[in-house]
Amino acid sequence: MNLLNIVLALPAAGFLIGLLLPKGNAGVARTFALIVSLVTFIASLGLLAPVMANHAAMQWVTDVPWIASPNIHYHVGLDGISVWLVILTTLLTPICVLLSWNYIRQRPKEFYIFLLLLEFGLAGVFCALDLFLFYVFWEVSLVPMYFLIGIWGYDRRIYAAVKFFIYTMTGSVLMLAAMIYIYGRAGTFDYPAIVGMLNSGSLRFGSAEQLPLFLAFFLAFAIKVPLFPLHTWLPDAHGEAPTAGSIMLAAVMLKMGCYGLIRFCLPLFPNAARQSGNWIITLAIIGIIYGALVAMVQPNMKRLVAYSSVSHLGFVVLGIFSFSQQGADGAVYQMLNHGISTGALFALVGLLHERGHTLEIKHYGGVATAAPWLAVAFMITSLASIGLPSLNNFVGEFLVLQGAALSYFPWAVWAAIGVILSAVYMLWFYQRLFFGKMPEAVKTHVYDLKAREWLAIVPLIVMMVWMGTAAQTFLPSITAVNARILEQSKANVEFQVKLRNEPNRAEASVEPESIHVR
Amino acid sequence: MFANYLPTGAEYFRLLPEMILTAAGTLIMVLEPLTGYRRKRFLGHLALAGLLAALWAAVVAYSSPGPAFNRLIVVDGFATFFRVLVIVVGILTVLSCWDFLARHKAESGEFYSLILFSVVGQCVMVSANELITLFIGLEVSSIATYVLAGYLRDDKRANEAALKYFLLGSFATAFLLYGVAWIYGVTGTTNLVDIRQILESRDVIHPILAVSTAAALMFVGFAFKVSAAPFQIWAPDVYQGAPTPVAAFMSAGPKAAGFAILLRVYLTAFGPIDQSWVPFVWTCALATMVIGNFAALAQNNVKRLLAYSSIAHAGYIMVAVATGTAPGAAAAMFYLAAYAFMNVGAFVVVSHISGRGERKVNIDDLAGLSSRQPLTAALFSVFLLSLIGVPLTGGFFGKFYIFKAAIDSQLYWLTILGLLTSAVAAYYYLRLIVVMYMRPAVDGEEELPPLGGGLKTALWASALGTLALGIFPSAVLNFAGASGAMLVR
Repeated sequence: MNLLNIVLALPAAGFLIGLLLPKGNAGVARTFALIVSLVTFIASLGLLAPVMANHAAMQWVTDVPWIASPNIHYHVGLDGISVWLVILTTLLTPICVLLSWNYIRQRPKEFYIFLLLLEFGLAGVFCALDLFLFYVFWEVSLVPMYFLIGIWGYDRRIYAAVKFFIYTMTGSVLMLAAMIYIYGRAGTFDYPAIVGMLNSGSLRFGSAEQLPLFLAFFLAFAIKVPLFPLHTWLPDAHGEAPTAGSIMLAAVMLKMGCYGLIRFCLPLFPNAARQSGNWIITLAIIGIIYGALVAMVQPNMKRLVAYSSVSHLGFVVLGIFSFSQQGADGAVYQMLNHGISTGALFALVGLLHERGHTLEIKHYGGVATAAPWLAVAFMITSLASIGLPSLNNFVGEFLVLQGAALSYFPWAVWAAIGVILSAVYMLWFYQRLFFGKMPEAVKTHVYDLKAREWLAIVPLIVMMVWMGTAAQTFLPSITAVNARILEQSKANVEFQVKLRNEPNRAEASVEPESIHVR
Repeated sequence: MFANYLPTGAEYFRLLPEMILTAAGTLIMVLEPLTGYRRKRFLGHLALAGLLAALWAAVVAYSSPGPAFNRLIVVDGFATFFRVLVIVVGILTVLSCWDFLARHKAESGEFYSLILFSVVGQCVMVSANELITLFIGLEVSSIATYVLAGYLRDDKRANEAALKYFLLGSFATAFLLYGVAWIYGVTGTTNLVDIRQILESRDVIHPILAVSTAAALMFVGFAFKVSAAPFQIWAPDVYQGAPTPVAAFMSAGPKAAGFAILLRVYLTAFGPIDQSWVPFVWTCALATMVIGNFAALAQNNVKRLLAYSSIAHAGYIMVAVATGTAPGAAAAMFYLAAYAFMNVGAFVVVSHISGRGERKVNIDDLAGLSSRQPLTAALFSVFLLSLIGVPLTGGFFGKFYIFKAAIDSQLYWLTILGLLTSAVAAYYYLRLIVVMYMRPAVDGEEELPPLGGGLKTALWASALGTLALGIFPSAVLNFAGASGAMLVR
């Protein structure tokens, strides 16, 4: 049996078996969830080998008919981008289980099985190769997240959960309409087949069709990313979700939107994507700066990290819509980086909350004295988030800025302001939490990392260093896929794309002027 | 000569489900005075047996499809699909009413026989091939339902519901009958296939205005039955006032039968003049979705909320009618099947929690249901998620097929607006889930009785039906597709 199917089936089976677990017994539920998610993670590592051997082609493909009419297949597969996102998902799930170990006391069984269902949905989104199947996973991942926020969140959890659900639902119904329209034109939901038709020219979307279709897809993805000004659900959802919910939301769920942009929007609607590139990048840059400025003044730890996500994900969108090889590579790399470093930030913030029982920054101070190792872990994570060289975000941000500069230099300048601002808000955040006068509550309640918490945090820190120093482990596969996507995103281009005559920069050479033509 | 008009054995065979149901209903009426109050449940079992036998008969009758009784009725895939559907709704209703009737000390044979008679009427409606037969079926079904709505005689709201339903219903069916008269005047026939042929033929010049007027008049009657705007006003009051199992029944059975005749009359008889009726079906669909979904947002009574939601769902199905194509008909059929399971399931839960005198039907009464009765809450969530249209439930595939048919017929604006209203709908369904899962139970709340056997069976059957249609929709869809295509032959 295909390993990818096993990786998908494990959490799904875990969810179903978990339904039968005894009610209210936290010990059984969390052990069960930990075992299932660890086995899934180990199995998912096995997915890497063939993808590393052949970067661009789809590996682990399964294609079996599901519904006859309309023709819908269970078609899954992995390439050099999606394999990393699947592993990111499977890595973070056991970490979430470890971090929720003692924190979740109310209805533990339900919590852990929803976490497994979420893992199933998220992993499914990244490997679905049938548009319909993609939509199914997309929506399925919504339900457990809704419950995770709504049941185990903080005070305003219900408002946040409903807002999250409605926002995403509104975006995705229009995407569904667009998918049905594509089916009407192409006669299939099979994504590789549709791209093949576009490449061969047997299917063309006229400019009057492309823009509405592109916007329908784009809206769904932009809400999920989230792109300014569609980000307003995010601080609420992050701020009110329990630690595990915030981690999965920030680290993986937001990547669904970015992944959708690069996987579907660019190859399917190249003209519309290129026409819309300028205003999308404008929104992305506004998001980068606005997110950073708002993060600076947040009194609440989780909301601060949430706004920093808005800022970081602006880089991803900037990279994708710079239509350059470096930009796209950086965007994908940044997706993984953000998953690791923001996941770690939410984990650490969650640990602080577990100790201090408040998310307000002003109630902390001098934590470095009370919990030095926690402070060290937080420091490394903050520096990674800022983009310190030798840590992961630096590589991604550098590539994005390079790609943006190659396309249109002022974009890079504006985006770089966001990098500076990120140093400001993160360091100030760190200073207020860990240095200064220690309130009495911190002295009595805040203790250092425990073994279980070490176990959850260390893998993330290892990944930050690894991805910052040995980017070549990850980048070749990403580059190969991006090269193909960028090539596909020209397939249907009606206007002339002038290529520079510089062989070594051929990929990055869509001249910005030519984008404005038409 | 005379022998030609005598029905053959095969023709009786095609009417077998109706005959079984009528016999069972009459038998229950006869036995009613002979059974003591404590043994009324026996009559319920008898009704169930009758329905199961009719279900079997409806399935085997399809082994010899064809017209019967001088083409008054026709047994085809379409009729069989809806016969099975309304009989299954009848079964679910009978299963779920036992606890409710016992709680209100209102068990009696007449309830069961009324359900059976209503189902008979719906079976006649869906297999009618001719306007007068269709009208008779509609009246049989409606009159039984009017009485059922007021079944709890001492309840003021039930009386109001029955009276309102009866008065408005009679008014609407009068329109329908008037439309039938017009079409007979223009074409000289009431047979649906003949009407189609006359409208199609180029030799006969028919006054398009008169035919369209007839179509519009009949639409008033149909739209009332399926609670489509602007004839939906009765629905919330009637659903709220009627006993909850009856509301469950009304929202699924008569509505499915109403859509069945709407589809059959419009696609078969009025197919050739679709350019004259598609615009007003389009408008009606949009208005129904908007009114249903937005009015539901403001409801605090679960029964009223579900009533508005059922209006909204009628709007989605109207979208399928507005396509005027065979795939649209198939999508409507699939949707009605999914809708029957999820909506009956939701009402069954409400009837379980409503308590004596149906006092606990506000949203707040659901608080903490997930800890008080986890199974009930979980199944209710399945129904609600299906009503929202989350994938892997029947409701999702229903919407998917409807809007796919609409896009294929180039109804882009209707699709976009309809999908957006369905996103609005997510809000009020989620409110119920929020209260069940995210609010603690109110202290001092009296214990809910455990789920009775009948209720449990009905709930599980609805949930399994909802999920089965959401995961393996192919079989039902293929059948619907094949029989939908027969309508526009």
